[in-house]
Amino acid sequence: MIHSLFLINASGDIFLEKHWKSVVSRSVCDYFFEAQERATEPENVPPVIPTPHHYLISVLRHRIYFVAVIQSEVPPLFVIEFLHRVVDTFQDYFGVCTEAAIKDNVVVVYELLEEMLDNGFPLATESNILKELIKPPTILRTMVNTITGSTNVGEQLPTGQLSVVPWRRTGVKYTNNEAYFDVVEEIDAIIDKSGSTITAEIQGVIDACVKLTGMPDLTLSFMNPRLLDDVSFHPCVRFKRWEAERILSFIPPDGNFRLLSYHVSSQNLVAIPVYVKHNITFREGSSQGRFDLTLGPKQTMGKAVESVLVSSQLPRGVLNANLNPSQGTYTFDPVTKLLTWDVGKINPQKLPSLKGTMNLQAGASKPDENPTINIQFKIQQMAISGLKVNRLDMYGEKYKPFKGIKYMTKAGKFQVRT
Amino acid sequence: MNGGLSSLRSEAAGAMRTVLVSAESLQLTLKPELTQEEQALTQSGRKAKEAHTAGNEDLKEMLESNKESLKLEAMKRIVQLISKGKKSSDLFPAVVKNVASKNIELKKLVYVYLVRYAEEQQDLALLSISTFQRALKDPNQFIRASALRVLSSIRVPIIVPIMMLAIKEAASDLSPYVRKTSAHAIQKLYSLDADQKEHLIEVIEKLLKDKSTLVAGSVVMAFEEVCPDRIDLIHKNYRKLCNLLVDVEEWGQVVIINMLTRYARTQFTSPWKEDAVFDDNEKAFYDSDSEEKQGQKEAKPYIMDPDHRLLLRNTKPLLQSRNTAVVMAVAQLYWHLAPKHEVSIVTKSLVRLLRSHREVQYVVLENIATMSIQRKGMFEPYMKSFYVRSTDATHIKTLKLEILTNLANEANISTILREFQTYVKSQDKAFAAATIQAIGRCATNISEVTDTCLNGLVLLLSNRDETVVAESVVVIKKLLQTQPTQHSDIIKHMAKLFDNITVPMARASILWLMGEYCERVPKIAPDVLRKMAKSFTSEEDIVKLQTVNLAAKLYLTNSKQTKLLTQYILNLGKYDQNYDIRDRTRFIRQLIVPNEKSGTLNKYARRILLASKPAPVLESAFKDRDRFQLGTLSHSLNVKAAGYQELSDWPAVAPDPSVRNVEVIEPVREWAPSVGKAKQPKSDDKFYSDDEEKEEEGSGSGSEDSSSSSSGSSSSSEESGSESEEESSEESGKTSSDSGKSSSGSEASSSESEPEQKKKKRTKKATQRKSKQSAADSDSDENGSGPVGKTSSSSAESSSESDSEEDSDVDSPPPPSPPQKKTVAKTKPKVEVKTKKEVSLLDLDDFSPAPPSAPKSSVFSSSLLSDLEGLSLSNVSSAMQVTTPSFGPVKTYELLHHMTGKGFSAKYHFPRQPCLYQPSMVAVQVILTNSSDHSLEEIHIGDRSPASLNIHCFNTVERLEPGASVTVSMGIDFSDSTQAANFQLCTKEDQFSVSIQPAVGELLMPSTMTEPDFCNEQKKLMGMNETSASITMATANTSKQNISKQVLSVANVGVVSSGQNDLQRFAGRTVSSGALVLVTLELREASTALLTINTEKSVMASMLLRDLKQALSQS
Repeated sequence: MIHSLFLINASGDIFLEKHWKSVVSRSVCDYFFEAQERATEPENVPPVIPTPHHYLISVLRHRIYFVAVIQSEVPPLFVIEFLHRVVDTFQDYFGVCTEAAIKDNVVVVYELLEEMLDNGFPLATESNILKELIKPPTILRTMVNTITGSTNVGEQLPTGQLSVVPWRRTGVKYTNNEAYFDVVEEIDAIIDKSGSTITAEIQGVIDACVKLTGMPDLTLSFMNPRLLDDVSFHPCVRFKRWEAERILSFIPPDGNFRLLSYHVSSQNLVAIPVYVKHNITFREGSSQGRFDLTLGPKQTMGKAVESVLVSSQLPRGVLNANLNPSQGTYTFDPVTKLLTWDVGKINPQKLPSLKGTMNLQAGASKPDENPTINIQFKIQQMAISGLKVNRLDMYGEKYKPFKGIKYMTKAGKFQVRT
Repeated sequence: MNGGLSSLRSEAAGAMRTVLVSAESLQLTLKPELTQEEQALTQSGRKAKEAHTAGNEDLKEMLESNKESLKLEAMKRIVQLISKGKKSSDLFPAVVKNVASKNIELKKLVYVYLVRYAEEQQDLALLSISTFQRALKDPNQFIRASALRVLSSIRVPIIVPIMMLAIKEAASDLSPYVRKTSAHAIQKLYSLDADQKEHLIEVIEKLLKDKSTLVAGSVVMAFEEVCPDRIDLIHKNYRKLCNLLVDVEEWGQVVIINMLTRYARTQFTSPWKEDAVFDDNEKAFYDSDSEEKQGQKEAKPYIMDPDHRLLLRNTKPLLQSRNTAVVMAVAQLYWHLAPKHEVSIVTKSLVRLLRSHREVQYVVLENIATMSIQRKGMFEPYMKSFYVRSTDATHIKTLKLEILTNLANEANISTILREFQTYVKSQDKAFAAATIQAIGRCATNISEVTDTCLNGLVLLLSNRDETVVAESVVVIKKLLQTQPTQHSDIIKHMAKLFDNITVPMARASILWLMGEYCERVPKIAPDVLRKMAKSFTSEEDIVKLQTVNLAAKLYLTNSKQTKLLTQYILNLGKYDQNYDIRDRTRFIRQLIVPNEKSGTLNKYARRILLASKPAPVLESAFKDRDRFQLGTLSHSLNVKAAGYQELSDWPAVAPDPSVRNVEVIEPVREWAPSVGKAKQPKSDDKFYSDDEEKEEEGSGSGSEDSSSSSSGSSSSSEESGSESEEESSEESGKTSSDSGKSSSGSEASSSESEPEQKKKKRTKKATQRKSKQSAADSDSDENGSGPVGKTSSSSAESSSESDSEEDSDVDSPPPPSPPQKKTVAKTKPKVEVKTKKEVSLLDLDDFSPAPPSAPKSSVFSSSLLSDLEGLSLSNVSSAMQVTTPSFGPVKTYELLHHMTGKGFSAKYHFPRQPCLYQPSMVAVQVILTNSSDHSLEEIHIGDRSPASLNIHCFNTVERLEPGASVTVSMGIDFSDSTQAANFQLCTKEDQFSVSIQPAVGELLMPSTMTEPDFCNEQKKLMGMNETSASITMATANTSKQNISKQVLSVANVGVVSSGQNDLQRFAGRTVSSGALVLVTLELREASTALLTINTEKSVMASMLLRDLKQALSQS
């Protein structure tokens, strides 16, 4: 399946290569560079590129291209999904997935890649199994290793690979047993010029951090499971039980994992928690444009809208912007024409606004399109869909775990067309 | 096989010898001694050098030191070199010597190095072989596996025989992990030496039989790589693969699903043909009342192969996978295999994937684009998910646009066009241009909006951006061509704009339009030509060609004004640099200018040039992509990729399905229950035919037990009965008031009671006592006292009759029954065959289908007997008698035979009482028995089909000890049809597809009525709603009691007390819709009678009539 993997940084250097079958020459990446040149933006590089003898399938994460070399027919999603899994693993191991982190830990990276694929076919991709095989590098461990000469390769054998619950390590022990669940919902919306919602939907995830001793068997039930229209589970969730009773029953992996992602049925009306009043105009003939933006909360059920960040790609003709924020700070990048305004928390008594003028290139004609405004925000302690966890029970172990559930609503792809 | 193996072994030994010899000779050279000073040197000077060969020299020294830490450090640096693609092959000898190191990390790094360079340094690589060979025999499975992994990764042709042997041995290793590794090694060996194919296929065949989920994915991958055409290897493993699928790791799932898609297309008939008729009412034909419809419309209804259904059913849960590749694989499987109306269940999941990473979106959108061409309806409800955001990458925007265009229809076009208007203004001009194309396509596809689109496009002509204008011109040209009506204003408008447009394609398009419709703009066209004559030399080729065309056309229509201009242009063209233009000019000149040589063509010039041209068809770029299997690389590239396996067309006639049957005789079976081994599943079929004799024997032996147990249990029945009645009436009240609430309520209660249940599971009696208290669950268990309890209680209730009945039931094993059964079997599906099986002890025969002489069966039945007795003594339900005035023996049907269920068996019967969960459901009690040798866990109900089937499942049975049995109750909404309810009965490890098919009489509830009421209702149901037949009754049945007993045995109706002696009336309602069913039996002379059934449900009436007729005439 996957023949080789090349890691390419933003400036076009191949800084890591790994081959699982015969060695494929680096020059195969030239086709990739060609495609990269053709694309105007880094994101526009097509994910699948055919070359005379190979096919290149790439993903772009953290400004690094992961380019897999394929020789014959394979579902492209198979490779793409795997590459993303590789990135996730790196992130899990090193905290960040940057060129520097990969270069610093190149041996661990190599060991990981070796375990993850055998002859190009995925072997162990579960983070728990990998961590049994290869211990993640921590500062402490690196120090100990340099002094004692011990290694970060697991001494014991990866029994997890054989068990019925391959995602869970055996012999987990904690003094404080705790299980935290974060219900995070994102609102994707497109709001049109007049402020009416064109499309809005809610997607949510439940991320868990479970640190429990032994082999606990958890069940999580919802007050209103009917809200969940479409779900996808971590493999640990017993699907049959969900089908029959709408209860999440699972033996959790150890540590952080995504238990569930869901989509809230589209019949439910989505409450849009913020509104935007905008007035962005360019006049024909004049080299000035007006920019006027006000944000306000709406349907937030009394919760504060925090971490608000507004960004907008202004038209190419804009030279600079002379704006005055009522709160927060704004920046305008004259090269990329990207305007960002870090608003912070919205105070319903005093609505934040950003007003001022934009200077246009002399002689340039009025831009056709007004810029779209992207908004990010966070609302703590609320799931906008109204989803509520009913209870969490643990079986199989004697101790009493500490349980916590947190709700949060975020903006996903939240756009306002002006 | 054995011979093959030994020859292989000798071959391997030969290869080994060569290896050893060369190794020895090399090892001599590989031992330069290290002096103390040198070591010191290495340590101190370690950091100075990196890239030079001098640095490698230094690494070599480190590797040859005695210190582990130094060696490890060296290896780490070597790995860094490898990762940068720098050459370090000169270190090979030094590295290889560490292959047997004790340090695990060092060893792993050496493996990394070895695999990377073995191909280049083949001789030296042989040094390491013996180490791996030794490790292959290690007692630890992980060491065996990793040795095989590395050994097979060394691409050195000389060790092929050694690899072959290692693979063969690993394939029969006890550890599934090692077997998995051997499956991977197969592919490696195949790519190294394709000549080994035959041997490898043998190994694959063997591994395909493996039952471990670890192995399944890898071996199918090997199969796909080595011998994808050997579909025959799959037959026997098909069902196993389907059943294992859910538990296979995610990557294996993708490979298996893709392979099974290909397999299914060769083995099953198309489920699509008949659908064409039904496509309009998408409701599908598994719905309740479609049975008759189907019968009418089609001569030969399509019946899906159960194996085909199995595949679809078992892949469906995987749509919920977090792995996008798995979801896509299932989606393509449904697309290629499922009946048309079922495909849409994948929509939601595909749309969900759009939330994933950019690259995933891209591939998914491509596939949706292809799907949406053929099936608009699938994605239309999700249209808004394809709205473009300004932050999307360009290729994603274009794909979304493509999909939106495909989805456009009369109803939604205005919304889509409004959306498109926003896109046209986009700063991304490539995307704006694509939008204009899309508008053009919408305009041609939907004639209602053509004019609107055209006007919109004309407005765009005044756009400042050139690409937008050019694209609009091109699209307008196409549109005008499809709509050759009066559009001269648009042409005039474009002529005006002509001077401002510089994009060649757009200019050429305008010129072509001028020429084509020059008669509509007689004044403007010559003027345009005049301008073109001026600028001809500076135009692009494509514009020049169109200018020549325009000149020719004008010459033909308006030669007076344009003759000179034309000649001028033709002269310019004659000396153009481009030969295409010179050619065209020469051709046009000959064609239009009359001279002596040109001859006949000249006459036709006008017809040639000004012929009306067919309009171009604006098509999707994804039109032809459906020739590729969805989700493949080939589909994504729209080019056949290397190694693409064509998806075959459905066979007209399905190949023999019996090839997939598996015999159970298998020596290498680790987990098969001992019971399953003993008998072959084929006895199933035999069982039905042997039925008659066995029944006689069984009933004879069982009769004493039944009477004894009934006497014991009847005493307790009265008290418990009253309790349960109260509970049930309360409960049903609740359910009817709010069905939604009740289900969630039961969830809550079940979650609470679970831990308790778990604890008590071992002691069955305790469980049952417990469950009495918890409301929803209580009834299931109480009623679950088993068939023995049931009969006894019913007999206790029907006081006077009971004794005589029991006698007639048990003592006289009915001689006329065999012929009756045969007729039943003929007319109804097979479940019905068992209908006549008598209560309680006769069931034991189900457990021991083998002839009674077999010792095993007797052991079985006795143990089971004691079980049942225990149950019946502990608690006896009598809810039934109180709520339902009817009586009559309860028949038990087999749901899952212990042969097919690997020792897990299930039987069911209809308790004939109102279902607690929902009033429209028929209550069904299921007795689950574990006759295997290990305990079963998590017994629950899995997928059901049709998907809309409304089942109230029983709570998951956490654990069932060997030999134990438990009774659970469930509710099924049959919606008044006798269609079977298919669902899966799942244990922790297994799933069994089962089906419950109700007899028509079980779909009724008794209804109490007075005689006048009955007559009134009957009057309302005359004419069409009346079905009657005259029947001849068996002599034994002429007594009133016997008649009602027979009727009640067939149908769950209530007796209406009657004053007339020769008239018997029964009343009932259908469970689901509550329609009245009235049965009247009018006795005539000489044991004939007139049987009349009045009901709105005429189908039910005729079925009921048939059943009653049989029951009355033959018992």
